[in-house]
Amino acid sequence: MSPKKNNIKDFFKVLPKNIFSGFVVSLIALPLGLGLAMASDAPPIAGIIAAIVGGIVVSIFGGSHVTIAGPGNGLVGVLLVAITSLGLESAYAAIVCSGVLIMLLGFFRMGKLADFFPSSAIQGMLAAIGLIILGKQFHIMLAHKIKREDTLDYLIEIPFTLNDAIHYENKGLIFAALAGIISLAIMMFYAKLRNKYLQLIPAPMWIVILSIGFSYYFELVLHENNPISNQYMISGIPSIQEIIADIQMPLFSKVGTISFWSSVVAITLIASIESLLSIKAVDKLDPEKRRSNVNKDLKALGLATVGSGFLGGLNVVTVIARSSVNVNNGATNRSSNFAHATFLVLFIVLFSTQLTRIPLPALMAILVYTGYKLASPNVIRKIFSIGKEQLIIFFVTLFVTLKIGLISGIFAGVLATMLIHIIINKSVLLFLRNVLKPNVLMYEEADDEHNFYVSVKHFCSFLNYYKLKDKLDAIPEDHDVIVDFSLCSFVDHTVMENMHNYQELFKKRGGHFDVIGLDMHDTDSEHPFALRRLLPVPNIIKNNLTRRQTSMEELAKDYDLKYNSENQKEVGYLSSFLFFNTKEIDHIYNQLSYKNDSLNIFDIEFSEGEFIAKEVIRSTMLHIKLEKGIPEFTLDREGFLERVYAFAGFKDIPIQDHSDFSRRFYLLGDNEEAIKAFFNDDLIHFFESNPYYHVESNGNSLLIFGKERLASVKEIKGLFDFGKRLKDVISNI
Amino acid sequence: MSLQPFKSIAIGAAFSPNLKANLYEAARLSLFFGSKLFLIHVGEASDDKIKTLKVFLNPFKKDNLDFEVVFKPGDPVEAILSVTDEKNIDLLILGAVQRERFIKYYVGSIARKITRKAKCSVLLLIKPSVERVACQHIVVNGLQDPKTEQTIKAAFYLGKQLEADKITIVEEIKQEQVAIKVDDDKSLRRANIMKERIKLRENSRIKEIIEHIPEKYTKDIAIKSQPIFGKQGYSIGHYAQISRADLLVMNAPSKMTFWDRLFPHDIEHILTELPTDVLILQ
Repeated sequence: MSPKKNNIKDFFKVLPKNIFSGFVVSLIALPLGLGLAMASDAPPIAGIIAAIVGGIVVSIFGGSHVTIAGPGNGLVGVLLVAITSLGLESAYAAIVCSGVLIMLLGFFRMGKLADFFPSSAIQGMLAAIGLIILGKQFHIMLAHKIKREDTLDYLIEIPFTLNDAIHYENKGLIFAALAGIISLAIMMFYAKLRNKYLQLIPAPMWIVILSIGFSYYFELVLHENNPISNQYMISGIPSIQEIIADIQMPLFSKVGTISFWSSVVAITLIASIESLLSIKAVDKLDPEKRRSNVNKDLKALGLATVGSGFLGGLNVVTVIARSSVNVNNGATNRSSNFAHATFLVLFIVLFSTQLTRIPLPALMAILVYTGYKLASPNVIRKIFSIGKEQLIIFFVTLFVTLKIGLISGIFAGVLATMLIHIIINKSVLLFLRNVLKPNVLMYEEADDEHNFYVSVKHFCSFLNYYKLKDKLDAIPEDHDVIVDFSLCSFVDHTVMENMHNYQELFKKRGGHFDVIGLDMHDTDSEHPFALRRLLPVPNIIKNNLTRRQTSMEELAKDYDLKYNSENQKEVGYLSSFLFFNTKEIDHIYNQLSYKNDSLNIFDIEFSEGEFIAKEVIRSTMLHIKLEKGIPEFTLDREGFLERVYAFAGFKDIPIQDHSDFSRRFYLLGDNEEAIKAFFNDDLIHFFESNPYYHVESNGNSLLIFGKERLASVKEIKGLFDFGKRLKDVISNI
Repeated sequence: MSLQPFKSIAIGAAFSPNLKANLYEAARLSLFFGSKLFLIHVGEASDDKIKTLKVFLNPFKKDNLDFEVVFKPGDPVEAILSVTDEKNIDLLILGAVQRERFIKYYVGSIARKITRKAKCSVLLLIKPSVERVACQHIVVNGLQDPKTEQTIKAAFYLGKQLEADKITIVEEIKQEQVAIKVDDDKSLRRANIMKERIKLRENSRIKEIIEHIPEKYTKDIAIKSQPIFGKQGYSIGHYAQISRADLLVMNAPSKMTFWDRLFPHDIEHILTELPTDVLILQ
């Protein structure tokens, strides 16, 4: 067991970092909160209230570590229905009631609720929510407000709106539509521009800053009115005094009606599913590899929702996009969530009048983009690659959700999945007979190895996955686990996907998670497609190499290297580098290796963020295996950003007598003494006289890369040369 | 403890395709234990039937198999149970049914009723065979129960008689005993410490039982104890199946009520799905 840490001291040590990342998150939360509230037909401030209450309550009572709570994307659809059918005051009452229900879910330890839904159905539901958001806001983004009964109609009318937008003659509308289009472009291309300074401010905040700047430019420089039509500006951002003065009390008069309770149930269902999925996804990103207490978090979210409902705010859920940003900016504990709420309060107190200068289309562009991310063609492609039957489930859920509603949608998805499973197995009895049986055996093998062995019988699908999950969750992630499906005649996609997630989790935390016993299923032709597809199978060798690949092949010949263009998934040795702490490595390819693999250059594909906030990045990196151990450190060029980081508590290690090196380079590491001793004159001269690279050591190997993009062949040569010489210098120390 | 637990063995002899294999297994066991074999036939007595049975058992004649055919007309369940009472049977052998198409065995409705009501020990055979299949691995339960000590002793006796290589004692520990619910890292660590403690306690309990068994029964056999956290009565069956045990030895359940059958537990899990040959000891 680890010794007891000095908690308070540690907390204050990381506090500046957390406040910093809370600040960055609040920059996104502000425009998103406004937008999400408006998309649900609530007053814009309602979203901010939810974020503030959520941030404060969940950071105090919650059980997760680096999540951010606030108004959620998924809820837009249900809240919209609730507000239009019940009216705003009664909708607040519904929100309060759903908060109580969510709390109850927490108390009854129903954190496993999300496990009862097949993953393709959840994907379908999320895609439908994405389309609801996209369909409705797209028209406002192009300054073309319309009101339709059916959510599908909004989607069908998108081409007409496009056509109208091209033929606008009103200057106010043209400018409004332009604001929307430019904002959408910012959202789309922001992730592609990997510039540190640009990335310091998140894309939604750029939109806010630019549009406020634009408005001031017209007012102060040109002395004209804002050219964007008045009806397309945000209206009704109250000042803080007004917010306090007219808090709307929830109206509980409709408590007896069926529509009220169906809204409550829908809100509760979506809020808890969204939160649970987000918590699960964020746990994978947590740099300190902690496990969240989902039930405690549900209780806190419920409490926050009750509070938010009484204060005139929306539901509070755990949100993935903001949490990802939080992790990426160095958050380590819940204080960042608290800081994000505090900054939001400050924004509202100080800048509430400035916020009315934001054009509505710009704000809606942010939502259109999030909606698109939820329902992007990539999602469909991924599901199709798993199996055709998954696509059926996906589309059944999607259409029923759009046509009837979220609850019907998700249950249609569940029903479709069950039917498909029955058809695939040609047996109802397999499920009927075994669904209630305890089908999972887990024990710690009593010999020296202390492996955990898990055997699953009968069938394993979303219906009884929770039994398997219960057992697996009782295993510390740094142990070895073997899951044996050989006695199991059917394993569905939901389970396979979760097994994959466990594999990733265990790999990251130093354990092993092996799934065995599925080989027999392969030969069984009746077996679902999904099953084989999801097993990590090496990609089919691609014969047609690209030009870059052929030049790499030539380079390999010239330099006497080994070239391998295939995708390699076995990259566990990279995950111990700090750089990949909050990133998920997918695979490496185009590998050039030198002399018994001590030097390896490869292209790598990794992702940042999870779920809809996921960004895939490809880069070229050099990995050097060292013969001896060296201290762990990270070295990068020193810039403006690093000075900002320094304020936030990231400490640069100064090297004595080398002020030039210290000024130009930014050196990080835990063991300051060892690093100072390691960086001798030779090494420092080497770094000073060579091009800048990001160099990172994990104790026994080095990771070196230039930019976060693929390198050209020339750059590869440079990188290779740098690495070879660096290795020589280090081996002489 | 009596070192010869089975003085008399009985088998239901219905004229089915499995009869020969069933009789062979029963006869072999009777010879192993030196006990008397009773063939119970539900129906009227006839010379033809006795003759057929005798022909089947002819090969065992040279080993001096002591057997008796008992005829009893009536309801099969009642008939067999009444004979076991009258003749003071110690062990009743029943055959299992194989579910079509699957490699799964379960106990048919008659055999199941008998198992529930029998006052003697019951052996359920999944694959009776004419040739002897050696019994290598015996799994026995190590529940915290007054009957357990007797059961484990009997298992070692059987192990000795059947020349088994290995005995695994499975201690099923109810999940409820680990009072901590795993929510996060902290509770997980506490739960694991608790489990570790329970395991040590269970292992020492089993060790004590084994120490009380005469050495001649324990010396030539590999002994392993395996604690399992999971559903009682279920985990052991699943374990026996994956560890390819040849015989599973269990305590007889203490009481059976209507509710026990509605919410299956303990022995009922095993009866719906026989993992291997099962011996239920009274």
